[in-house]
Amino acid sequence: MIGRDEVLHVALLARLAVGEEELEPMARELSAVLDHIAKMGELDLSDVPPTSHVVELTGALRPDEPRPSLPRETVLAQAPAVSDGGFLVPSPQA
Amino acid sequence: MSATDVLALSARAAADAIEAGSLAPRELFDAYRERAAADVSAGEDGLNCFTWVAPEPPTDDAPAPLAGVPLAVKDLFCTAGIPSQAGSRILAGYLPPYTASAVSRLTEAGATLMAKTNQDEFAMGSSNENSAFGAVRNPWDRERVPGGSSGGSAAAVAAGLAPWALGTDTGGSVRQPAALCGIVGLKPTYGAVSRYGMIAFASSLDQAGPLTRDVADAALMLRHMVGRDPCDATSLEFPEAIELPSAERLDGIRLGVPQELTGEGIEAGVLDSFGATLALAQELGAEIQPVHLPHAPHALSAYYVLAPAECSSNLARYDGVRYGYRAPDPKDLLDMYTRTRHDGFGAEVKRRIMLGTYALSAGYYDAYYGRAQRVRTKIAEDFRTAFAAVDFIVTPTAPTVAFRLGEKTAEPLAMYLNDYCTVPMSLAGIPAISIPGGLSEGLPVGFQMAGPAFSENRLLDAAHALEGAIGFDGAATRA
Repeated sequence: MIGRDEVLHVALLARLAVGEEELEPMARELSAVLDHIAKMGELDLSDVPPTSHVVELTGALRPDEPRPSLPRETVLAQAPAVSDGGFLVPSPQA
Repeated sequence: MSATDVLALSARAAADAIEAGSLAPRELFDAYRERAAADVSAGEDGLNCFTWVAPEPPTDDAPAPLAGVPLAVKDLFCTAGIPSQAGSRILAGYLPPYTASAVSRLTEAGATLMAKTNQDEFAMGSSNENSAFGAVRNPWDRERVPGGSSGGSAAAVAAGLAPWALGTDTGGSVRQPAALCGIVGLKPTYGAVSRYGMIAFASSLDQAGPLTRDVADAALMLRHMVGRDPCDATSLEFPEAIELPSAERLDGIRLGVPQELTGEGIEAGVLDSFGATLALAQELGAEIQPVHLPHAPHALSAYYVLAPAECSSNLARYDGVRYGYRAPDPKDLLDMYTRTRHDGFGAEVKRRIMLGTYALSAGYYDAYYGRAQRVRTKIAEDFRTAFAAVDFIVTPTAPTVAFRLGEKTAEPLAMYLNDYCTVPMSLAGIPAISIPGGLSEGLPVGFQMAGPAFSENRLLDAAHALEGAIGFDGAATRA
């Protein structure tokens, strides 16, 4: 069972604010899913290699040739705030 | 041609009619665009399939294989200058600077982008109730869900609001809504279709796939999507051209029925329909035999570690800096990040980010992520072993028919069980198709067939033969 402190710790790692009223439901839902997932613990997997990618790939790299990137103004056009040709964000330590 | 005649055509038949000169591309486009626009105007009384409909028809009618057949595309595909929001508030109004490769390949082949379709937020869901743009309704019963996450794509095709649609499948998101809406949905072999420009959920699983009225349309769309793309290092050259299916018999085809996915947890009416389809397959000459996928019952657990883990990493990019929503009046950078993500993401997306972050956090990595990756290895092995004895594995696509709106929203785990029969194939990266097998309680039941990697041509052929014998009629929902 996940507790509220653990929810707050994971939420900070995930950069997610969690409201006071959201803590208990989130802890309960995560615990229920983790309980279900725990069934994997029944399997003996000691000699089994992990799979991160199912299709065999060789030579996946393309030649490293310079090509134009998107124009700066196109990229900045979707930003919530810009300044001097860059993305504007609040100070890390206000 | 009358509008009714036009709407009765499959995408392939429409392309043929255009090529033969008996149908103008503009006439076809307008017929569907009007219906799609009417669904949007209907608001609460509509199905809520679309997040965008083309304001006007395209001007370019140059001859091409897909000859101007209108295409509906799931919201999460980037389309240059057209809203691409992945069903999320955090991307509301986002206009990408480029177009996804799967979409541009289809439009280069002559398809015309007609609409973007509603979906579960970031493709996380099995009911299309997790969309920031509202739930989609099932055209078979408006009080029921269309399935998800490609629910808008499935409902639009089933309701005749689009001739065909593009979706994505991570753990069943093409196949399950296709099943619940009574249409065809194909998840190709992982890597067959480029993921470039698909807003990512779980990169080792995400794959684009067609949602269509029939199997031939699925083959036609797939033909124009596959292939290596330098912009996606995990894409592969498909080893052969995708052919239009023509088989009418299944002589000598061995169909394997895994007891692990055809027993407990599957609704009785769904199992009845599944049995009836197996009997038809046998009449067509197929041999039915039991197979074992001993690790399949653990697939869902592995999936609900791996997919959230990948999602927690992929969705780190939504931070209010470069695009999308930013929370107002942040007091500092951390406050901006955490409130932007709190307000911008819906409940299910947050739940999965939390689950994935937890599974990847210090002290838990081996117990969850490492273990899930090993289960994945065993599941892929199970399929390889089974395919030594049979040509295809067949199961019901989903454990139930379409359920009522709101029925499963309170219990995440109950919702996740929808993916029980589709997730194993996703983890193994193999192709799988859902075709309508019949009705149970007046609602469609999907029949799923899966084959080895790159067996799409054989799979489509077998599905086509079976489709002919089933003779499913979806015309009523297109009226």
